[in-house]
Amino acid sequence: MSANPKKGFVSSTLSYKGGIGHWSWILHRLGGLGIAFFLILHILDIFMVGVSRAAFEELLFIYHEPLLRPVIWALVFGVFYHALNGLRIIIQDFWPHMFRYQKQLATTVWVIVIVLTVFLVGVDIAGMLA
Amino acid sequence: MTTRYARTPKPSGSTFEVLSWFYMRASGALLALMVVFHLIWMHYVIGLTNIDFDVIAGRWTGPGGIFWRSYDLTLLILASLHGMNGIRFVTDDYIHNRGWRAVVKALIALVLLLMVVFGGLVIFTFNG
Ligand code: HEM
Repeated sequence: MSANPKKGFVSSTLSYKGGIGHWSWILHRLGGLGIAFFLILHILDIFMVGVSRAAFEELLFIYHEPLLRPVIWALVFGVFYHALNGLRIIIQDFWPHMFRYQKQLATTVWVIVIVLTVFLVGVDIAGMLA
Repeated sequence: MTTRYARTPKPSGSTFEVLSWFYMRASGALLALMVVFHLIWMHYVIGLTNIDFDVIAGRWTGPGGIFWRSYDLTLLILASLHGMNGIRFVTDDYIHNRGWRAVVKALIALVLLLMVVFGGLVIFTFNG
């Protein structure tokens, strides 16, 4: 679970000679951190709904501003990847024999993540054009 | 070691760490359903550009109010605890000094408390 503690963060993260599992670990971690920081911001923006209509409207640009869409899409991808890869981890941890199918599970994760991400990005773009 | 997730080592020793390992998986399974539903609902059913004060207020005060408040509260608590515990895992991997670890853990706990208090406050007290 941990990076090599004897090396620095960046070097141990980048020099690990793992296969597919290493990249999925980095992506899972980045996704988890990204969502967690967004969640803090998201709790604050929704808290403003309780403060006043005007206070919330000040923050609505987060969801309306077209220039911020790429950030939202990166987050959407991060959520879907973390969620589906997380399910793969859970399956492998509770049913260790599934670990023989790790490659197939990882491929399945990517297929579902791409389908969900393309769907939501497409829906957002359609909404912007409408 | 070729695969990081051959099997995530279940921590042995401290009961707290075993519980936290288990919590990450139990909450993760529930969050997968709830978060994907939340995203599809906000982007597809409502649409990002249509989100405004009336939409959010309407969800909480309309006929489905109890449902949405319960849904949002469940999501808030599950995700805040899962996310902050995850951040604790990450900081534990990189911060080895005992003193700093304690400081960072206290900060994480404080942020978690604030998240649940601020998020819970608006869900419970909003009345239009
Ligand atoms: C959507 C469904 C989700 C699933 C299935 C899921 C699953 C998991 C799993 C299995 C772990 C590994 C725990 C361990 O190593 O013992 C994990 C870690 C983590 N999760 Fe999630 N999670 C989900 C949602 C979230 C959300 C909403 C957040 C943020 C609020 C989040 C933030 C994190 C963080 C920061 C970590 C630590 C990453 C690391 O140790 O590398 N996760 N998640």
